[in-house]
Amino acid sequence: MLVEGIKSRPQYPGLIADCYANHHVIAADGDGAQAIIDLFNQHGPQIKGRVTIVYAETLPNSADYTTRLKQLPVEIVHALPTVVTAIRRLTGVLHVARMGTRIYAAGTETMIGLTVQLAQELGMDPQAVLTEHRGTMARRVQCVHCKGFTENVKTNIVKCAHCGANLLVRDHYSKRLAAFQGVCVDAEVPGELPEIVEVFK
Amino acid sequence: MNQEFKKETFRDDYTFSNSPESIRRFPFPFWEDKYMYSVNIEPHTKGPAGSVFEFPIDINEHYVSEMADRAIVLKEDPLRCQALPHMMLAQWDFLELLMTSMARDYPQWFSLKTEGDNWHWINRPLNIDQKFVFGDPSTLPYEPMEYIGRQCQGDFSIQDQRDGQLWMDAGIITTQADWSLDFDVGMNFMEWHGPVPLAHDMKVFDRALKFLLNLQLGQPVRRLNWTMTINPRLDTSPENYNKWGKDRTTVTPENVGDKVHLRVELQALWRLPRSNAILFSIRGYLIKMRELVTVPKWGRRMHRVLKSLPQELIDYKGITRYRDTTLEWLSQYDDGAPTSQGGGPD
Ligand code: HEM
Repeated sequence: MLVEGIKSRPQYPGLIADCYANHHVIAADGDGAQAIIDLFNQHGPQIKGRVTIVYAETLPNSADYTTRLKQLPVEIVHALPTVVTAIRRLTGVLHVARMGTRIYAAGTETMIGLTVQLAQELGMDPQAVLTEHRGTMARRVQCVHCKGFTENVKTNIVKCAHCGANLLVRDHYSKRLAAFQGVCVDAEVPGELPEIVEVFK
Repeated sequence: MNQEFKKETFRDDYTFSNSPESIRRFPFPFWEDKYMYSVNIEPHTKGPAGSVFEFPIDINEHYVSEMADRAIVLKEDPLRCQALPHMMLAQWDFLELLMTSMARDYPQWFSLKTEGDNWHWINRPLNIDQKFVFGDPSTLPYEPMEYIGRQCQGDFSIQDQRDGQLWMDAGIITTQADWSLDFDVGMNFMEWHGPVPLAHDMKVFDRALKFLLNLQLGQPVRRLNWTMTINPRLDTSPENYNKWGKDRTTVTPENVGDKVHLRVELQALWRLPRSNAILFSIRGYLIKMRELVTVPKWGRRMHRVLKSLPQELIDYKGITRYRDTTLEWLSQYDDGAPTSQGGGPD
């Protein structure tokens, strides 16, 4: 059960420009903004057509990022206060998106995961989302017992925010749920916990 | 085969046990004195009369009680049965495969009459008599996969095939060896096998996937897989791990024979005709150590396999805590004599 190095863990190859798309929808949080800026610096000329950015201002310096994003040649930057509100806005943007739209996601695994999940729910190809990881490695974890999600997990063991179980955070990842799996770590001997350390920085 | 169905439980008081005939036909999975993963796939062809391979779908003395246990699991956790919307055609394929096999091979228990799309299914052991229209889900009390899945031993998952991959897009899974359907639904072959140690690096999954993508209609295949379980518990899901996990600490030299079970999965794979999906059946068999050692070859071999099992597999299968106690107990049944090739009793 408790095996390391699991293959379902997603890979994030980095953002590249899709020169065939006529609408680019880019979702990002925190330091993901820098990935967008880098994308424009390196591949700016290849990005043709409309660009819509949905940005979650999750860091103290996020307002500066927003200013810089607005200086890019884009149609609009939607700046939202949290990942949840950004995803909500992204849903609206994608609902009216047409053929030829390419989705990009940059930032934390949570932001990327929720964007990929949304694309899938809207009937788009989740594998076609271009992704780049930036910033914290903190994880979104689903408790396999009560099915509740615990956000921003930095430690190998975390108390489920819903049922309170001590969860071991596995590498097993579900794109559909946009979450890593958490399994009760002391089910065999209640209270017997390994040392709790910060592993997802 | 004219047998009674046993009335027994797989939880609480755990009254499950195997009859002597059921022990003799147990699909012992070790064909030599050691075990490692491999691409152990063979045609799912008819085996000797009375064996678990006699028919494609094996119904045995535990049928009625296993179905009662499944009903409890589904009542408590509906997420154990899930199908993504595009899997409806595959669900009907699955229902057809099960009903036709069961009615053909066990006419004393099941009957199926079809007139065009008007089907009449009778399941005598479970007291079910159902007329329905094939292809019309509203004529059944459950969706087709759940309907027939509640009437057949074994867990089932259905894989959609697209983009050169298999996707676990439906399943009815109530007796699993510690993996979650709810978590794995929508994953591909490599993703859901993610947690398995060593086998990825051995290219077992690359080769198995390549083989399965070419699986032909009418040529099902099978393989055996195994693990160990404390108490004859069918529902060893991760969802309920916080309930059954502590059982692993209850093994003592006195109770090994009754508590420790070998759990073998006879897994079969079929191409489905209309949907082109692949059906994966996981037919589980439990046997307690005390029953197992009544076949001397199995007692010897179980001891040797468990003794030489790679540490990664011991940990993955969750055997770590009770392995030594079990080995000590099994050693009484291993006199060092040579064993013959193959899994069958001598
Ligand atoms: C489409 C059919 C198949 C499905 C749905 C399936 C599903 C699974 C699942 C859910 C697990 C548990 C993984 C976990 O720990 O979460 C597993 C384990 C495993 N599977 Fe498959 N599998 C399939 C076919 C195969 C095939 C053809 C092979 C052939 C080599 C294979 C080899 C294994 C092995 C070696 C394990 C580890 C088992 C253990 O040590 O207990 N699987 N499979």
